[in-house]
Amino acid sequence: MSDLTRLGAAALAEAIAAKDVSAVEVTQAHLDRIAKVDGQVHAFLHVDAEGALAQARRVDDGSVTGPLAGVPLALKDVLCQEGIPTTVGSRILEGWRPPYDATVTARLKHAGVVILGKTNMDEFAMGSSTEHSAYGPSHNPWDLERVPGGSGGGSSAALASFQAPLAIGTDTGGSIRQPAALTGTVGVKPTYGGVSRYGLVAFSSSLDQAGPCARSVMDAALLHEVIAGHDPRDSTSINAPVPPVVEAAKNRDLKGLRVAVVRELQGEGYEPGVQQRFEEAVDILKELGATVTEVSCPHFDYALAAYYLIAPAEASSNLARFDSVRYGLRVGDDGERSLEEVMALTRAKGFGAEVKRRIILGTYALSSGYYDAYYGQAQKVRTLITQDFSAAFAHADVLVAPTCPTVAFRLGAKLDDPLAMYRQDVANIPSNLYGGPAMSVPAGLSEGLPVGLQVMAPTMRDDLLYQVGAAFEAALPAAVPPLEWES
Amino acid sequence: MTVPYAEALQEFEPVIGLETHVELGTASKMFCGCDTTFGADPNTHTCPVCLGLPGALPVVNEKAIESTIRIGLALHCDIATWCRFARKNYFYPDMPKNFQTSQYDEPLCTDGYLDVLVQGESIRIPIERVHLEEDTGKSLHVGGSTGRIHGASHSLVDYNRAGIPLVEIVTKPITGTGAMPAEVAKAYVTELRDVLRGLGVSDVKMEQGSLRCDVNVSLNRPGQEWGTRSETKNVNSLRSVERAVRSEVERQAARLRGGERIVQETRHFHEDTGLSTSGRSKEEATDYRYFPEPDLVPIAPDPAWVAALKDALPEAPSIRRRKLTDELGLSSQDSEAMVNAGVLDVVLETVAAGASPADARNWWLGHIAQAANAQGVDAVDLPITAQQVARVIGLVGEGTLNAGLARQVVDGVLAGEGDPDEVVSTRGLGIVSDEVALSKAVAEAIAADPDAADKVRSGKVAAAGALVGAVMKATKGQADAQTVRRLVLEQLGA
Repeated sequence: MSDLTRLGAAALAEAIAAKDVSAVEVTQAHLDRIAKVDGQVHAFLHVDAEGALAQARRVDDGSVTGPLAGVPLALKDVLCQEGIPTTVGSRILEGWRPPYDATVTARLKHAGVVILGKTNMDEFAMGSSTEHSAYGPSHNPWDLERVPGGSGGGSSAALASFQAPLAIGTDTGGSIRQPAALTGTVGVKPTYGGVSRYGLVAFSSSLDQAGPCARSVMDAALLHEVIAGHDPRDSTSINAPVPPVVEAAKNRDLKGLRVAVVRELQGEGYEPGVQQRFEEAVDILKELGATVTEVSCPHFDYALAAYYLIAPAEASSNLARFDSVRYGLRVGDDGERSLEEVMALTRAKGFGAEVKRRIILGTYALSSGYYDAYYGQAQKVRTLITQDFSAAFAHADVLVAPTCPTVAFRLGAKLDDPLAMYRQDVANIPSNLYGGPAMSVPAGLSEGLPVGLQVMAPTMRDDLLYQVGAAFEAALPAAVPPLEWES
Repeated sequence: MTVPYAEALQEFEPVIGLETHVELGTASKMFCGCDTTFGADPNTHTCPVCLGLPGALPVVNEKAIESTIRIGLALHCDIATWCRFARKNYFYPDMPKNFQTSQYDEPLCTDGYLDVLVQGESIRIPIERVHLEEDTGKSLHVGGSTGRIHGASHSLVDYNRAGIPLVEIVTKPITGTGAMPAEVAKAYVTELRDVLRGLGVSDVKMEQGSLRCDVNVSLNRPGQEWGTRSETKNVNSLRSVERAVRSEVERQAARLRGGERIVQETRHFHEDTGLSTSGRSKEEATDYRYFPEPDLVPIAPDPAWVAALKDALPEAPSIRRRKLTDELGLSSQDSEAMVNAGVLDVVLETVAAGASPADARNWWLGHIAQAANAQGVDAVDLPITAQQVARVIGLVGEGTLNAGLARQVVDGVLAGEGDPDEVVSTRGLGIVSDEVALSKAVAEAIAADPDAADKVRSGKVAAAGALVGAVMKATKGQADAQTVRRLVLEQLGA
């Protein structure tokens, strides 16, 4: 067969099922590809060749079956995989091997998906470039001098450099969609509660959501159906049937579909090239038969501010457990220092600057006397944003916006300006605060770099994303990265 | 320096408050499926959830919610129609997540009361709230002389207890207890324990920590504002509840009299001395940064379910007390004494197992109470059951044991020698009713004490007592004294 790493997940699954190629061959081709290019891309923090090949053999001998059996996947290092190092991009968990599988991991294994390894990310998923990874940044395959987005930049870079046809990301405030936009791939944040969070190392519990990443909408849909569905081990998991996303990805008819452009998520602050691609994307949706209107969601202007109170507040509590007592890094335990000193030294050494910044922000926002003014107020804004969505969905089936205000920026360009970095997700964060699903799908290039179209839908209408995304993708096929850096 | 309790209470008015923690007797923990059995090897009842491993998530134990609501109903509380868990954030190594999942401003049950009987007077204790939370693990400090963290070389943590459902019952400030705040405090915890035991929600064993008490005390001069309170922790027996209030009244009164102020602080109670020592000062209190637990969905108990739980509540101890006096014919003093000793239920159980009310009362307030006092524990926490006591009473009734032998049998049971019948057989304690053997012992006693024998023969029947005593001694108390007396008189022809 031709280069197996250039095939999508659906094509690979079909070829493996037809015995045109073995899962072991497919897996080996991707392991070889990783060995060849990941020195330059740095998408992976850990490659589990042995485990991947063992799973491929199980597929080949017929003991595991499923619609994605034998297809390789890159797993973001925030999801626990039994016995495999899980660092969350942090020094504080260096060397920790979870004794259990996350529900997502277990479902992937059960479906015969081959997990190649764990991908790089901003530490504790806090960032939009992977530059906050304790293990060094990943590089954007479109231009190695540029970031692949974040926090799930490792997963998106793995897809764009053909090291894996599928990846798992997590999206707390755009960490699936922004990297998808910056690497010209597809990324979906499912409805909050649609995919179990059990075994997902928490950043912000009320916002975190794992989702599928792929190079095509259909591949993402196939992966979505493998990982989604009720999990009794996650109390916030929704006990309802998974929306029919694969079926929706086949239905590319947008006639009569009501699409609304969000006034607050365009224009000022968006690069002209990004704005232009977005407007062209809207025109394509019209050509496909959708009716397009504009809606105003006035409280979206406060989304970023509310997010940077709620997410750090929850993080300050979620990250308290990393104290050296039970697992992970321990610093300064010389038999003389007190427990408190060892805890403090460990956390000082184990957490990076951005994580510390957010722990301090969140601790402050929850403090006695400040709670109402910060955390309490942010929760009210969250309610108002949810109301904005409800009002908008009274007039529209889906909302659209650019995924990210810019194309991929140069490594280091925003490292000293946290607010500029935070603004990368200004259009993504409203969906996290609301809980509804959202997708980024490639919408052409600006200055030779990918731009993403974001589609947002009501909660538990993830199928609408796939319907719109698949139709759009058929009308405007995703650009293929030139990978000129490959010798 | 202290001021004697009674004297202190002539000069100052006490305000007390009690926070009681109850480990629920659910089969599994609060947020995971781990076993809750007490006494397992360290860290064997743990999983990713109760160890707080990265990524693990809690799922609420519905049985624990039900037990908490039943406690709230038994304490006449309002039951929330919607409430949430909250995170209480602070760093401590026995707390795996460095936050405790608890309830803050939205408890399951609020605003109830419990009536208790103290020296014949019924006192209504107002209940502020009943909420549900998870227990912490246990730290063991190794290498020091005291078992405390100070001076220890290292510490070990056992997480078996981490995540066991814990209900906290908080009273409102209790005023007007006059000269008996300590007695009221003890009566409240005693009554509460009986309520909880009656509900079957906990084994309420203070010495195993399944019922723990924090005692708040403040004093003020009559007519003045309430004083600054202290909170005494580690109060782990009914007796200590009383002692803790008493010692705190005496300590605070001395300070106030000396013109010193009371520091708002946590104090630690020491069972051995009955005194408390200063812990951390509340003036530098931790900010717990409570916020709603985002990993759990709100709880909205169905009102119909709550109503059904209410209908199915067992009789309150106060009603059972009335039963004791009305149906079983015990006096109200008896009944109060039984409540205060915490033996009301066990007496009823003993009666249900076939004993007469008077016998049951006598055993639990008599010999068993003495044994409990000697060991410094509560009678119900002794290793003897109502059924075993009823069996001892039965053995006396059928003539196998006399009173002295019965006490020896009970002591045997308490010493862990098995059921009453086993103790009787291994210690050989049955009454010797073989008249041939007894006649021989009587003859020996007569031969050994001819003076007494002569007196009896000459009509001084009272002198037979010495001979009966000798026979009882020779048979190690295992003879029936009436039978011995008859045989003595027969052999001496009197």
